[in-house]
Amino acid sequence: MNKPVVVAHDLTRHYEVGGGIFSSTQTVEALSGASFTLQPGKTLAVVGESGCGKSTLARVVTMIEPPTSGTLMIDDEAVSPDKWASLRSSVQIVFQDPYGSLNPRQRIGDILMEPLVINRKDMSAKDREAQARDMLAMVGLRREHFDRYPHMFSGGQRQRIAVARALMLNPRVLVLDEPVSALDLSIQSQVLNLLVELQEKLGLAYLFISHDLSVVKHMADDIVVMYLGRPVETGPIEDVVANPRHPYTKALLSATPIADPTIEKKRIKLEGELPSPINVPKGCAFSPRCWKATEECRAKRPVLDEGRHRVACYHPEG
Amino acid sequence: METTMERPGRLREFWYYFRENRGAVIGLSVFVVFVLVAIFADLLAPHDPTQQYRDHLLRPPAWSEGGDWSFPLGTDPLGRDLLSRLIHGARYSAFVGVVVVTVAASVGILIGLLSGFAPRWGDTIIMRIMDIILAFPSLLLALVLVAILGPSLTNAMIAIAIVQQPHYVRLTRASVINERTRDYVTSARVAGAGIWRLMFKTVLPNCLAPIIVQGALSFSTAILDAAALGFLGMGAQPPTPEWGTMLAEAREFILRAWWVVTFPGIAILITVLAINLMGDGLRDALDPKLKRS
Repeated sequence: MNKPVVVAHDLTRHYEVGGGIFSSTQTVEALSGASFTLQPGKTLAVVGESGCGKSTLARVVTMIEPPTSGTLMIDDEAVSPDKWASLRSSVQIVFQDPYGSLNPRQRIGDILMEPLVINRKDMSAKDREAQARDMLAMVGLRREHFDRYPHMFSGGQRQRIAVARALMLNPRVLVLDEPVSALDLSIQSQVLNLLVELQEKLGLAYLFISHDLSVVKHMADDIVVMYLGRPVETGPIEDVVANPRHPYTKALLSATPIADPTIEKKRIKLEGELPSPINVPKGCAFSPRCWKATEECRAKRPVLDEGRHRVACYHPEG
Repeated sequence: METTMERPGRLREFWYYFRENRGAVIGLSVFVVFVLVAIFADLLAPHDPTQQYRDHLLRPPAWSEGGDWSFPLGTDPLGRDLLSRLIHGARYSAFVGVVVVTVAASVGILIGLLSGFAPRWGDTIIMRIMDIILAFPSLLLALVLVAILGPSLTNAMIAIAIVQQPHYVRLTRASVINERTRDYVTSARVAGAGIWRLMFKTVLPNCLAPIIVQGALSFSTAILDAAALGFLGMGAQPPTPEWGTMLAEAREFILRAWWVVTFPGIAILITVLAINLMGDGLRDALDPKLKRS
């Protein structure tokens, strides 16, 4: 087994909101107790519905925000805000919306070279340009696209550019924050195939954030299912998909469309809404919507059990 | 098909898009004429702007009855050649506009950027100060400032710049706050960009379009405010041939001699219109989102 590039232990991120003159501050528990490891060449998928803390996790791992508590280790080095600058080049991110993630005033070349200008000051302008043009070729664009502006490209091409920029510093880890959910279905597969190809070529570790389980099944090696800021089930993708143990995972999987009309689907419909992360229910966060919830679930929060396929539930399936 | 085409230079590309807007090209040509007139005023003016021809008081323009071709646009109540005064006045107007817009815009943009990036308390302090400045009627505040500093064209320009600068602060801050949450700013931060780089290289170029339009508009406002201050005796002092001061000096003669107010008024109108048209064209040409590829 390879040495992990990223080890996260109990990552937590809380936000203070409100706090005007007339109201007291409230705490939003956007992310609590997230632990995982990223291996080179492997993909860890994070799934869950909107507002479950996926993007907060991405922001903490890419060092945009410091965690409220918990530790993040990159290459055996503990991450703290004073080390951000030196660790930046190890972790890069690709955003969901390719129309918002490229500076509309910069040429593609400038966008690609910016990380080098900031982090590799000793590099000559000529080398930078050569590397940027090579990177364009690597993500399946043409070297002449160097001089164009982002608005001259389609969504899929823009996402390729975003991937190219993320790779300019030769990172070990790429955080993909819903990288294809803004794209057409036909373009999605192209970008996904590019990502798989790049992973094989460069030995990258991916943290793949998505709400699309069919994409996740195609891409991931391991999976973390999150609910209201907490991981509720983790494990190898085949195990979790074939044999979901948490009721929430089961409900999520049952909502994935299957391209075969002969298979009869039993769709589990969840009642109610995702509770507000300001006011997290006592006990299991999923208990208000769970069909198996008991008094125990409502009173005390279950923790992840041990093993390869872990679940945080008092009444796991299977 | 692999074609390696040389990209046209930045300036040529800009001109290509600017040219498509006819109003902007007309505005630019008028503005260029205005600037040239301002620069070469000494060579173009047929007379000294302060020379008083006592035999030719309030002479009408050359083509109307009683006109004289040595004074093409007539003379003012003191017998000074109106055309020469207008030509020299272009110099003062251009000067006022350029100085006021430069000072107000650079200070305003800087404060606006700082305010947009500052923590909440810093932002609040800056914006409340700007609100206080904006709460005064602008001309009154300029008047008070000039009264403190002493009446002269320089002090009038300083006062107008101070009065106009909160508009730039607000405009810049609003676009900065809007842009700052966008993903491309976050990705620049992930790439390691420091706060100064984020401010001036990442965010500022995306906020320029409204600032350019504001700059063009306030160029004309500056000319008008300077004229208003001159009218009240707080701006350019007579016999300076500033357009606004000329208007003010001639107001008693509006009914008897139409040309003494009409020509300075037309000069201001044409200049302001040309600058506004040019500002529009500038925005269209500088905004790559509107470019066709």
